[in-house]
Amino acid sequence: MPILLYRVDERLIHGQVVVGWGSKLHPDRYVVVDRTVAQSEWEQELYALGIPPGTEALFCTAEEAGRQLDAWRESELRTVLLTRDVETMLELAREDDLQGREVNLGGIHFRKGREEVLSYLYLDERDREALRELAARGVHVSARDLPGSPEVDLDDLTG
Amino acid sequence: MSEEEVLRGVVLAHGAMARGLADAVAKIAGPGEDVLIPLSNEGKSGEALQEELEGLLGKGPGIVFTDLTSGSCALSARRCCRPGEGRAVVFGVNLPVLLDFVFNRNLPMEELVPRLLEKGRAGLTSLPDYTTHADSPVSG
Repeated sequence: MPILLYRVDERLIHGQVVVGWGSKLHPDRYVVVDRTVAQSEWEQELYALGIPPGTEALFCTAEEAGRQLDAWRESELRTVLLTRDVETMLELAREDDLQGREVNLGGIHFRKGREEVLSYLYLDERDREALRELAARGVHVSARDLPGSPEVDLDDLTG
Repeated sequence: MSEEEVLRGVVLAHGAMARGLADAVAKIAGPGEDVLIPLSNEGKSGEALQEELEGLLGKGPGIVFTDLTSGSCALSARRCCRPGEGRAVVFGVNLPVLLDFVFNRNLPMEELVPRLLEKGRAGLTSLPDYTTHADSPVSG
């Protein structure tokens, strides 16, 4: 079973992912690729509270994920993979060939230096550069917060 | 009770729910009972939400009332209310809980929180009361 969703979302495991996407994709497993969470048992416990019964959550760094991606793709478990930011998804793309895969931008929120692109998506130049490199690596990037929302292509996001 | 010791209540919820609940409390309990601060997660990162919540709670004791047991609101609430900090999180907030909080927030936390949970559970019921038909199968 391929990985059903590669998503960049600052909130990682939260309502939109578990309820919005979860009710459409019915995943068995949520993989959170994030260095900070991978190093904190407390954070892992917090995020694990958010997954539905019968599903599992894994937490790892991009490097660790890079070594596991093939196994996850071959597994029978339906998997959703999440990163907090574009840079981590890019790091993952450098670890593993994501060419031809689709990456979903789900929620990058306002902070100083970021400009609004969509109501749920704010980008700074560093984000844009990372997105351009993802595209150069053959990754199809688009934004959509929920399955029922319109999909916005990368070209319309980076200008 | 000093300014720092006044028990604060923050309603932290998705979308416009927090403002709606706080508004409903003010309508019922009176506009003078301005003891509940609404906070929405709308458009905020986890860090930003946590920072805002910390600011609203201040240095004293406080209760965060939130909607779900998980998700971005619950995560921020849990991070701000680690055990031993004189704070508590009440999940699954409803209007009976908040009204009881407004009128009883002078109670000690260990007495107040169980009381609020009881009020919240009692406020969730149905007509007819299907719970009395214990032999009925539950679908879904």
